[in-house]
Amino acid sequence: MNIGAVIATLLFFLIITWLVIGSEQLKRYLLVDFLKGLGVTGRAFWRRKITQHYPDEGEELPISPRFKGALALRRYENGEERCIACKLCESICPALAITIEAEERADGARKTTRFDIDTFKCINCGLCEEACPVDSIVCTDEMHYSILQRGDNILAKDQLLMIGDMYEDRIQHNLREDNDG
Amino acid sequence: MNQWLLWMIYALMIILPLVVCVAYLTTAERKIIGYMQLRTGPNRVGFAGVLQPIADAIKFVTKELVYPKDADWRLFVLAPQLMLVPSLLVWSVVPFSSEWVFANIDAGVLFVFAMTSLSAYGVLISGWASNSKYAMLGAMRACAQIISYEIAMGFALVGVLILSGSLNLKTIVLGQSGGLFNWYWLPLLPMFMVYWICAIAETNRAPFDVAEGESELVAGFHVEYSGMMFAVFFIAEYANMIFISVFTTLMFFGGWLSPFEGIPLLGSLPIPGIFWLLGKASFFIFLYLWMRASFPRYRYDQLMSLGWKQLIPVALVWIPVVSVMRLLEWV
Repeated sequence: MNIGAVIATLLFFLIITWLVIGSEQLKRYLLVDFLKGLGVTGRAFWRRKITQHYPDEGEELPISPRFKGALALRRYENGEERCIACKLCESICPALAITIEAEERADGARKTTRFDIDTFKCINCGLCEEACPVDSIVCTDEMHYSILQRGDNILAKDQLLMIGDMYEDRIQHNLREDNDG
Repeated sequence: MNQWLLWMIYALMIILPLVVCVAYLTTAERKIIGYMQLRTGPNRVGFAGVLQPIADAIKFVTKELVYPKDADWRLFVLAPQLMLVPSLLVWSVVPFSSEWVFANIDAGVLFVFAMTSLSAYGVLISGWASNSKYAMLGAMRACAQIISYEIAMGFALVGVLILSGSLNLKTIVLGQSGGLFNWYWLPLLPMFMVYWICAIAETNRAPFDVAEGESELVAGFHVEYSGMMFAVFFIAEYANMIFISVFTTLMFFGGWLSPFEGIPLLGSLPIPGIFWLLGKASFFIFLYLWMRASFPRYRYDQLMSLGWKQLIPVALVWIPVVSVMRLLEWV
């Protein structure tokens, strides 16, 4: 094969094409942008991978202070529950997951006798937290929970208060983080 | 009788490794595309995901076969077979090395073209038999694409036929002997680019996978298929991908020939030809996946205008040029 002549022919047609259609169009036919695109992915192929192999490694994932995890009811520092049974959360809940019944307590305070959240209905939208005037119902940042049995899905008032007691430190920490940032 | 047994053993010697290759190509695809997107891809089943294709196969086999209501079940069952059989048949004419060829027929290229065209029937029938408007539309899109690009692909291969003067795949490869610069890719460079783009469109792969369009449509012509019948479409598609890569190697990159032929020391290395063939084909398979990871999907009208208004003219211009080069005995 006459390699010189073949390459000369290729170059000849390259120049002819360039003269006829101009360099912008010629770029298309030489697949310049095509090769650039391949270069981008080709370089990415050798880069370090950013996948976190949860839960094998990186058990502590970075979590936003606004993360909407398990719901909880909070208390004041003196142990009194915050909820005043205003039922704003019940009325705003788009999934109708909250059921509240209320009565007057012996000391005249208006308190709930029943506060149920159906976790099968709850979509963790956080609207109840926004609606609450006394910061009673809140979303914790806990995501590692599951309900295995039908019937366990209704979280009653004492369970929600218990979750609130357990996570009080983290709730306060996240509220601070969110307000500062 | 013994002859038939021998032929069956030969056929299995091609088909079994091919099916294993197809299985691992699916995993390789997910891995490579994952790596190009800074992910790791499947790495759960076995060490670094090496058993993933086996898990996939078991899943496919155990899935229920769903027949759509009012589907024409005879055609519905026939369509995947019409896809699979041609994609396995084309392998019979592939010369893996100068001695290893199952059927060394004279019209090898023609046979390959006939068989790859048959897959258009599988696509159309699957779309028709599913009794679903989405499958029907997908089938029409896929079929129009396959037919359009077959023309440009045929024109691009005319150059190879002019240079080699033969339709026999073995003769075509032997015509390229003499090292890297004697392969047909150099005098046919524009045609090779046309051919490769057509090859991707022909197998319905990204960026020309409008027929399948994973992120826009659900699946196109095989939307109603489930379980093993879907897997048969899948095997046919990936077997076609591997075949086109091997075919590109045979047509433009010297098949089983060493690229160092004629160079004193490197050329005389005792490396078997099949190593070179599979090595070169692997690069083109990788290019398939590389391009899939890189480019956004073509719009359907752009796809058609590319095929008819750009690729066919380029191939048509280069046919006389190659003829003149041949006449002057430059190549």
